[in-house]
Formats: sequence, structure tokens, C-alpha cells
Amino acid sequence: MTAVQKRIFINKIALGFSTLSAIIALAFLFWILGVLVMKGMSALNWNIFIYEGAPPGYDQSGLKHALVGQLILVGLATGIGVPLGILAGTYLSEYGKNSKLAHTIRDISDIMMSAPSIVIGAFVYAVVVMPMGHFSAWAGAIALAIIMIPIILRTTDDMLQLVPGTLREAAFALGAPKYKVIKDVVYRGAKAGILTGVLLGIARVGGETAPLLFTSFNDNFFTTDLNAAMPSLTVTIFNYAISPYEDWQQLGWAAAFILSMFILGLNILGRIILFAGKGK
Amino acid sequence: MIDKIFFNFTRFSALLILVIVAWIFVVLFNHSLEAMHTFGLDFITKDEWAPNLNKFGAYAAILGSVISTTLAMLLAVPVAIGVAIFLSEIAHDKVKSFFGISVELLAAIPSVIYGMWGLFYFVPIIRDIFGGMGIGLLAAGIVLAIMILPFMAAVTRDAMNTTPDILKESAYALGGTQWDVIKDVIIPYAKAGIIGSLILALGRAIGETMAVTFVMGNVHHVPGSILDPTTSIPVTLANEFTEADSSLYFSSLFGLALTLLIMSFIVIAIAKFYFLRKARRA
Repeated sequence: MTAVQKRIFINKIALGFSTLSAIIALAFLFWILGVLVMKGMSALNWNIFIYEGAPPGYDQSGLKHALVGQLILVGLATGIGVPLGILAGTYLSEYGKNSKLAHTIRDISDIMMSAPSIVIGAFVYAVVVMPMGHFSAWAGAIALAIIMIPIILRTTDDMLQLVPGTLREAAFALGAPKYKVIKDVVYRGAKAGILTGVLLGIARVGGETAPLLFTSFNDNFFTTDLNAAMPSLTVTIFNYAISPYEDWQQLGWAAAFILSMFILGLNILGRIILFAGKGK
Repeated sequence: MIDKIFFNFTRFSALLILVIVAWIFVVLFNHSLEAMHTFGLDFITKDEWAPNLNKFGAYAAILGSVISTTLAMLLAVPVAIGVAIFLSEIAHDKVKSFFGISVELLAAIPSVIYGMWGLFYFVPIIRDIFGGMGIGLLAAGIVLAIMILPFMAAVTRDAMNTTPDILKESAYALGGTQWDVIKDVIIPYAKAGIIGSLILALGRAIGETMAVTFVMGNVHHVPGSILDPTTSIPVTLANEFTEADSSLYFSSLFGLALTLLIMSFIVIAIAKFYFLRKARRA
């Protein structure tokens, strides 16, 4: 074999391995997705949306409690996390810019984005659940909000910086105060990007289980009391999946399917908005 | 006037991040003081974890975290690099965007679902092949590897894509094969970025809770083999936090949480501030 043939041979093997690993990776991932869709679809029925949790073996059991609880928790977390995240991102992009403080905040927030979410659950347990004396929806929402803020902060910061400085200058030249420039020019220019960041942030916390385990805890019954333990889809999936009861496991798969569709939907929607925004 | 109020609102929100992070460290530290005073260094070097005897040694949990993430890295890194090479160099544009989008969407699937899948579909396979219970370090490592794979592949691909086309083209002009270009141009050029991406994925894997809680077993023993059930820091926290009944027990769990936070903080900081920053400057 000549040197050239040898190199071509090695090239083929290396590229073959690379393609093979891509196929292996995709096979695993589609296996999971396939299981999720098959199991989830077969477990779905109207009862799930009508009934709340019931003891195993009981026909009229559903996930209404968890679905509503999940919406309440994520809604509250969005209500707390999004304004704080957007304001903080605004500070970094419009006021802090390249100052030392702004860079420190960016760095710390970046690390927080990958920090273990269960630790945030432990923190919220110590500062909210322990003083209150019981689990509550508020505690769960606060834990989710803490996870959400760094994500929103980062995208807001990035997206606002994309707005051209000349637009700001034009507005200043018209005599507009800074808050008006930010509100009417910068925010308007970055609308699509910020919205995408918010959707991705919601999608991210919507799938979180660990920080809810000991903050909002769980409840097998329907509740809207924000000061009591609140069921969520994720914790319900966990509890039902590790239970030994067949029908609870079925409900767990249904919950997993609904949750995944919700989160994938948000992700796709976020991408579409960003794409449409760029097209303009 | 409104200008000032708005400014202060934004500054307050930005500073809040720093306050929260500092507060997390202080709270975890304060709550774990009791365990630190009682056990000292034994807390991280002894593996006896007996709530009924008020003895808490986190060695098994720490070891479990380290081994399960190491296993996951060993399995995921070669595949992730292969996928990244495939996505950035081999695949045609249409295949690339299909693969790219599915990989990114799979990264968004909640980890609890990976754990559930692992418990119902993967644990039985391990049990059939190797015998034993099926749950343990090996199962945890594999599920963790599959879970971090999409993220890892996506960021590694992004790092590889930063290689300027002109460098690749000049190597092709010299008669290099695709593999020559990958190995001698792209990988050296994007090295810092690739390593940073891999370490960042490691940082995520250490703190990952739900994917491994299902398949780890939560047994506080140093395992004899990777097939034995054991525990890790997040698994212990997830399983025992709501069961703790004494203040020493709580304190030990907070100590675990603090250990985990410090471990992942260090790993993520190394990835972001050493490798990825170097990559951006290059």
C-alpha cells in the first residue's frame, strides 16, 4: 500500500467511526423518544384531564392535579423570574456595559446557569420552607425562578447588545430620556430575541424536578392553595414511576409525554419566533 | 426622576444575582456547620452513613458522584466528538440541519424522563447481560452519558465550527484528506473550545439528579464493582431530604449540598474562564 492509499484508507476508517457514532447517538435518542411517544400515547385518555390523583387500582384517576399544579408553579416562577431577569439583563447591556461589576455579574450568572438545581432546592428549603414550617407552592416557584433568572438575563443581555447603537443615539438626539430610549427603542428592537429567551427559560424550568422535591413537594390531590404543598408533573412522574403499581406507572408515562410535548413545543415556538424576527 | 427609578430597578435586579449566589453559599455553609463540627474531616473520608446512629460520612456519596460522572464522560466523550465531527465536517447541509435540530431538541427533554427510561428499559438489559440488580454505577453512568450527549455534541460542534474555512481550505490544497484536516487543523485550532465544552458538560453531569436517582439504588456503601448499587450526592439529597429527622441529619445533607455546589462551581468555572475564554480570545 502506498502512502497515499494508506492515508485515504485511514481517512475512510476515521470518517466511518464518526458517522457510526452519530448513528449510535441518534439511535439511542430516538429509542427514548420512541418509547416516550408509544408509552405516552397508549396511556393518554380523557380521564387524565378530568380526574385528580387516586390510590392505585382506582379507575377514575388522572393528572388534573399535577397539570394545574405545574401551570401554577411555572406561571409563578415566570412572574418572578422574567421581570427580574429582563431588568438585570437591561442593566448589564445598557448601564453596566464593560464595567468590572457588569462582567462579574455576567460570570457569576453564567456559572449559575449550569449549577446543580438540587442545591437550589436545598437553599430554598433552608430560607423559605424551614421558616414557614411547611412545603409550599411559593417555595417551589422561588426555586424555579432562581434557576430561570440567569437564563433570561443572558439572552436579554445578548439581544439588547444586538440593537445598533445608532438607533439609541437617534432617540437621544430627539431628547428622549434614557428609560424611554430603552423602553421604546431598545426593547422594541430586541422584542423577538427577548421573547425567545423567555420561552426557552420557561421550557428549561418546566422540566425541572430536583428543586421541587423539597420545596413544593407533592400532593396527590387537586389544590390551588399557594401556601400548601403543590403537585407538579415532574415530581408526579418521579413518584409514579418508582411506584410498584402498573396503573401509576402508566400515568407516569402519560405525564412524561404531556410534559415533553409542552417543553418541545415551547422550544420550537422560541426558534420560530427568533427565525421570523431575523427574517425581517 | 423616572429615569433614576428605572436605573435603580435594573441595578437592583442585577445585583440580586450576586446576592442570591452569595446567600446560597452562606446558607449552605451555616447549615452544614453542625456536621462539620461533629465529624470534621471524617465527613468526607468515612463511608458510614447511619441516620439511626447519628453517624454521617459522605465518602460513598462523593465517590459515587465522581465514578458515575467519570463513567459517563468516558462513554460520552468519544461519541460526542464523533457526532460533532460528523455534524461539522461530514454531513450534507440537509442532514446537518435535521441532525442539528433533533440533537438540540433532545437536549431539552427533561432529565426525569431519561431516568424513567433508564429504569424501565435499560436496567433490565444490564440485569440480563451482567446479572445482579441492574441498578448501580454502570446504569447511572450510561443514562448520564446519554443525557449529556446532545448538549456535549452541540457545544463541541459549535467549538469546531469556529475554525476559519480558509485554514481548512489551505490544508485541502496541500492534498490533505478530510481526516488530516480534522486531526491537524480543526482539532488543534479548536482545542481549547472543545476541552471547555467537554468540561462544561462534566459540570452539568455532576449536578444531574433525576436521571440517576432512578437507577443508582441509594445504598450508602462503597461499591465493590460498578454493577453494585450505590449512591451519589444528588441521589442522597433527592431521596433523604424529606426524611431527615434530626438536626445533625439535616446538617449533613446541607454539607453534601455544599460539597456538590463547590465541586460543580469549580468545574464550570474552569471550563468557562480558562478554556472557553481562551478559545474566544484565540
